[in-house]
Amino acid sequence: MVTIPYLTAITTYFSYGIYFSLGQLRDLFRKIIDWRKPDDLQGYAPICLGLEDFYVRRLYLRIQDCFGRPIAGAPDAWFDVVERYTTDNFKTIKRTSKTTRCLNLGSYNYLGFAASDEYCTPRVIDSLKRFSASTCSARAAGGTTRLHTELEESVAKFVGKPAAIVFGMGYVTNSAILPVLIGKGGLIISDSLNHNSIVNGARGSGATIRVFLHNTPSHLEEVLREQIAEGQPRTHRPWKKIIVVVEGIYSMEGDICKLPEIIAVCKKYKAFAYLDEAHSIGAVGKTGRGVCELLGVDTADVDIMMGTFTKSFGSCGGYIAGSKELIQYLKYTCPTHLYATAVSPPCAQQIISAIKVILGEDGSSRGAQKVARIRENSNFFRSELQKMGFEVLGDYDSPVMPIMLYNPAKIPAFSRECLKQNVAVVTVAFPATPLLLARARICISASHTKEDLIKGLEVISDIGDLVGIKYFQAEPKKRQQEEGRVKLN
Amino acid sequence: MDFGHTCNRDDVNPLNCNQLTRDGESISEIISAGSVPRKANSWITMDFSVMSILSNGLDWFKVEYDPPLARAVVFGVPIGGHLVVEALLVIAILFLLLQKSYKPPKRPLTEKEIDMLCEEWVPESLIPPLTEEMKYESPVLDSAAGPHTVIDGREVVNFASTNYLGLIGNEKLHESCTAAVEKYGVGSCGPRGFYGTIDVHLDCEERIAKFLGTPDSILYSFGISTMFSAIPALCKKGDIIVADEGVHWAIQNGLHLSRSTIVYFKHNDMESLGNTLEKITRENKRVTKVRRYIVVEAIYQNSGQLAPLDVIVKLKEKYRFRVLLDETNSIGVLGDCGRGLSEHYRIPVEKIDVITAAMGSALATDGGFCTGSVKVVDHQRLGSSGYVFSASLPPYLASAAITAFDILEENPHLITKLKRNITLLLEGLSDLPGLSIASNPQSPLVFLKLKRTTGSFQNDLQLLEDIADLMLKEDSVFVVASKRSTLDKCRLPVGIRITINRCRKSMS
Repeated sequence: MVTIPYLTAITTYFSYGIYFSLGQLRDLFRKIIDWRKPDDLQGYAPICLGLEDFYVRRLYLRIQDCFGRPIAGAPDAWFDVVERYTTDNFKTIKRTSKTTRCLNLGSYNYLGFAASDEYCTPRVIDSLKRFSASTCSARAAGGTTRLHTELEESVAKFVGKPAAIVFGMGYVTNSAILPVLIGKGGLIISDSLNHNSIVNGARGSGATIRVFLHNTPSHLEEVLREQIAEGQPRTHRPWKKIIVVVEGIYSMEGDICKLPEIIAVCKKYKAFAYLDEAHSIGAVGKTGRGVCELLGVDTADVDIMMGTFTKSFGSCGGYIAGSKELIQYLKYTCPTHLYATAVSPPCAQQIISAIKVILGEDGSSRGAQKVARIRENSNFFRSELQKMGFEVLGDYDSPVMPIMLYNPAKIPAFSRECLKQNVAVVTVAFPATPLLLARARICISASHTKEDLIKGLEVISDIGDLVGIKYFQAEPKKRQQEEGRVKLN
Repeated sequence: MDFGHTCNRDDVNPLNCNQLTRDGESISEIISAGSVPRKANSWITMDFSVMSILSNGLDWFKVEYDPPLARAVVFGVPIGGHLVVEALLVIAILFLLLQKSYKPPKRPLTEKEIDMLCEEWVPESLIPPLTEEMKYESPVLDSAAGPHTVIDGREVVNFASTNYLGLIGNEKLHESCTAAVEKYGVGSCGPRGFYGTIDVHLDCEERIAKFLGTPDSILYSFGISTMFSAIPALCKKGDIIVADEGVHWAIQNGLHLSRSTIVYFKHNDMESLGNTLEKITRENKRVTKVRRYIVVEAIYQNSGQLAPLDVIVKLKEKYRFRVLLDETNSIGVLGDCGRGLSEHYRIPVEKIDVITAAMGSALATDGGFCTGSVKVVDHQRLGSSGYVFSASLPPYLASAAITAFDILEENPHLITKLKRNITLLLEGLSDLPGLSIASNPQSPLVFLKLKRTTGSFQNDLQLLEDIADLMLKEDSVFVVASKRSTLDKCRLPVGIRITINRCRKSMS
């Protein structure tokens, strides 16, 4: 895990303290000035009470231009970022019609399917003609087309499970499946850094939730032993079932979960394993089949495998893969399958074609090249950043690399300076990460060429010197240059 | 300490009092328990002088008060008064009372015991055993879900898709989608905060706000996630929500996730709503400080009823509640220009605080939106989890939505055709054996429920599914029985759902 140097921690707390007190001062002035003004709420309670939106109003709005930047084209390796301006000190931002061409280091485009592709796009347009943009009904109420059944078979084959079911959105997949599988009297043990959709699904299910330390199988074992021995809270009856939820690659840390040890622990204590491969399916593994292939885990050992199509397949939607009985049961009772609109047919076709390309069934070796290229690119980028002295999180082979910033003032500085030099990066702060640990997150794609990566590295290195985020010792320049030459050759 | 009989002043002599105790303890033993041993005579002499002073004081005390009862002898000196002994007694009692009661020491479970418990524990299986009805497979379409579709090689009339305006297969829609796919690709590859905002999304939001006449709107990437992300963003713990008991699952999930106090009122019954609001306002003293909402749907998915918006608005203004209206099935259908329930009832749209809708019905696209005042919409941009933590809507669907609104504005006759078809169909269905119409005559979502229920929910559902299958096989008419998930709390009766399209040419 990340260990923050003392001086940095003190300065970060100090900065936040200044922002907080300034914000409170401004709120006080606002209250004094608005004392005389009549309240135009007329007896209704305000939408945001008290300090609920303090963070938004006083801290987030100052750096609003670093987030939500609109683009005017496909999110490929290079894209057009729309320029924006503000007239009232960032309370509102308006867009212009001018755009800047920037290097894209922020979108989830791991295998490069984001823009129109020579194999996939003609087929997508064909399916648009045949099935139109939407089925306008739920899967169980006349929304299942041939494409959907083909898609489910194709996904099941790719992931390595007997059957699969597909939904229109990845977030809803997690939120709606966990309540179906487990209810009151069950126990969900989830990693402390799990995604918001898993947390929402766990809360909606009504089961008891316990958390184990991030990626620590020994602590998971401790928690399991303690919970099985104690039973349900207050009544001490034995638990009905236990589900352990982990992710393949954690989106804010970039590290890969220790799957073999966690599966061994789950088997020993008879708990069910739920693996969320949102970022890892298609992006890791020798043939792109995800974390199970990378770490050598048999897919039959993981009871429920979930994933999304947004990141590596350039489409939208989520899937659940498991045994035939599980999928049959989900089709009978999952609310998303029964009530929500089915996956849009062109999206379904895009996924089917992308899977065909990855497996090489389109007759070319583009898929294998893409999978190999993303691994090379990520490893190259990560090792170069570490040599420059940046603090980079995550494991090798993972295409997500967060660079630590810590101080709140460095967030807009890094983001804006990079944009001036035509590199688009993503910066993340509280509340998506802990307060002290703000970071910039880089996502590498298979469509980045070596030149793109080198340009990105140069820009980041310059700005890193300017902003002061090289927390580690850089390796001596001469050896770095030599090694650089060797690598490029 | 029990004295056999009272000691007189004359008797007081450590050696004499030996016979006086009942419980075998001699007073001398008692008294000398804490005192100095007899051997140290000098000590006793010193004692005597001190004690004589003390006894003089006590004698004076006794002269004044003359307490009755027994005397005690302390240090060989007769002291008038038992006060010291009683004081000692009180101290002893207090000491015993303040002692903690005996608890057996708590021993944590040993490793071996935990191992044994873990081995003995048997979990339930992940899913319950499959029954026959769980194996039901819905029919698979071979073509677009338009008014006529192909199932199993046969052409059937499609009464199941919510394609109210018949926009599936429309040329203009098709062109704009193709152009968008070629320009933007299929997916948007990122959440709205991290380069997933494409200019089409911003254009679509502006278009929706312009069409409905509201200040601002926000676009969600999936239909049902709209409601269950918007509600937890706007309502928190401690707020009060009054909801109709027939709302669909997405709203129920949103209400559960918001952790507010939820009160249900009878389905579409305005009297029940009025009574509930009255009760809440009366009982809650702090009621003006918490946020209060009424959640209703324009056309209920589970029954096809229309919500009487004029009554609701009157009630809301009287009791100061905010209204959250879900217009999934009414956008593009009700009102002269398709602006929804508020246009249908001729109520200005500013009176409704929050309108949400899933675009997967009349607009023939996917995704959802939420509109309202600027404050409401801005709050959701950072506070709504389905917006912040999820990838954005694919750009071609957003451009399809813009085109659908354009088509709707240019061709208002689509809505009149739809209304005519609804009246035609309802006339034809008005006296079917065994089934009655349960929905509002103006709703394009027609609900047929059984005139006499068989008694059990499952049997009703089975019967209706059989009817639907029969219609498909023999008459080539595709309808569906409304399904209920095990998680759904709605208790309204199930029925056969028929959706009406504006392109119906033959009604049989």
